[in-house]
Amino acid sequence: MSAQRLLIFGGIALIAGGMLFGDLFAVFVLHQNAALQGEALLAATQAVAAQNPIAVKDIFASLGGLLEDRGTKVDAHVHMTDAGYLALLLALLQPFIVFPHYTKKLLASLFVTGGVLLPVGIFLIHYVGLAYSPFAVIGWGSVLADFAGALLIAALVGEAWGLYKYSRGARADAGEMEDLQAGGWARRALLSGGTVLVLLGFLYGAWYSAVDLYRHEEQETTILKNMIDDAGQPSNLPAAALEVKNFGNLAGERAVKIAAHSHIIEFGILAILLSFIQPYVFLSESWRRRWVQVLLAGSAILPIFVLLELKLGLVAGGIADVGGLMVVIALVGMLVGVLRQTGSLDSRSGVAR
Amino acid sequence: MNEARKLLIFGGIALAAFGMFYGLYYAVFVEHQSLDQIGGSLTATFAHAAERNWEGSESALVSYKQAKYNYVRQVDVHSHWIGLAMLMIVLGVAFGSLHLGERVQWWLAATMLTGSVVFPLGVILQTVHHGVFLGSALAVAGSALVTMALAGMAWGFARTSS
Repeated sequence: MSAQRLLIFGGIALIAGGMLFGDLFAVFVLHQNAALQGEALLAATQAVAAQNPIAVKDIFASLGGLLEDRGTKVDAHVHMTDAGYLALLLALLQPFIVFPHYTKKLLASLFVTGGVLLPVGIFLIHYVGLAYSPFAVIGWGSVLADFAGALLIAALVGEAWGLYKYSRGARADAGEMEDLQAGGWARRALLSGGTVLVLLGFLYGAWYSAVDLYRHEEQETTILKNMIDDAGQPSNLPAAALEVKNFGNLAGERAVKIAAHSHIIEFGILAILLSFIQPYVFLSESWRRRWVQVLLAGSAILPIFVLLELKLGLVAGGIADVGGLMVVIALVGMLVGVLRQTGSLDSRSGVAR
Repeated sequence: MNEARKLLIFGGIALAAFGMFYGLYYAVFVEHQSLDQIGGSLTATFAHAAERNWEGSESALVSYKQAKYNYVRQVDVHSHWIGLAMLMIVLGVAFGSLHLGERVQWWLAATMLTGSVVFPLGVILQTVHHGVFLGSALAVAGSALVTMALAGMAWGFARTSS
């Protein structure tokens, strides 16, 4: 397998893995974690009512653990998919990287290994903590994540050096290089569909910043002020509890709107990136079209139904998860096509024997 | 490589590098202090209320609001600069499939680059003076430019060669 195909294969696998992890996170962790945060805030209002500032500080310190639990999972999801995007971008650059084949393959292997280990390390940070760590504040999870980050940096520096050599006039050995402008209908649909998705996400972001951003910021302060005022009078504790609920609803509305904006843009960029690798997807034209249609449909369904969660609740959340799954399935379908091309090239060159 | 592609790819790389340096500066010199201020002022809002120190609680809440206002915009500026830069690089690679004339391609690339620089710049100006008109005007103008460029590109990609 050449460096280019290794990066394409690794990139698609990382994006599919990152998305599957994101889907599992949304179903099994996100809402439960938000409920625990609400409980902590409720306990803080009760501590205010009981005039107990020490308990308040303890509760906010414990909130840190909940935020770490949620934050490391979001980070693992984001870093895995982003490493996949970068791998696909690097695959496009391979014809301009001036190194012998084995060096290019080594750099590609380093990058894919770093891309796998980085999210694993980030995920473990919350669970491993400081157990058996020789450091005062850095646990083994962080060490693994940092090591993986160093692998990614080393691979990127190597690729940059190869590009620099190209800019100085050196040229790589003639090797396999598909025409990146080839790909027919599938390529055109992914390019135009991806650009439309990015455009829609951008328009929605502009709408959000104009209509919701300032309103949400004002609402947050007002809710916190009311919460404190109500908690200051123990007879008003039920009203304070209602404000905690309002605070949770506001946080949910914010998260949903920002997630819709960022996901639709990321799917757009993914579609554009996948348009370049269509010459490597060794499938019949009808299957190639099918996977493109499933990917674009899932890319639209997920953000739209994430937004509709505010009105339709968990039903919309479930449909959004199905949208995410459609994207994962389409990615796996394309991955199979890349593997088939690899098998075909290997059997032609005699590697299979 | 035509001029439009060069503008998108090299403009994108320059903008990404600038966005990353800005993010590095922010992470090293500002972010931790901002996060401490956000967490500390929210805790202080509740702790002062528990002590029945209402003035202290209110002042901590104002401090929380300001710190969060700045933090959200600073992080947004960093991520939008880099995100738009990445998009420019990818679109630059794809420009060979854009079925539009050279001149139109150049204008689309220039519009995209200008909007990508100006839009986050407007957002960052909003943190210098809250509610400043210039910041909002630049952000709106920049996002309108990016929107127009993307709409033109989507149309160009969808067209079949004639």
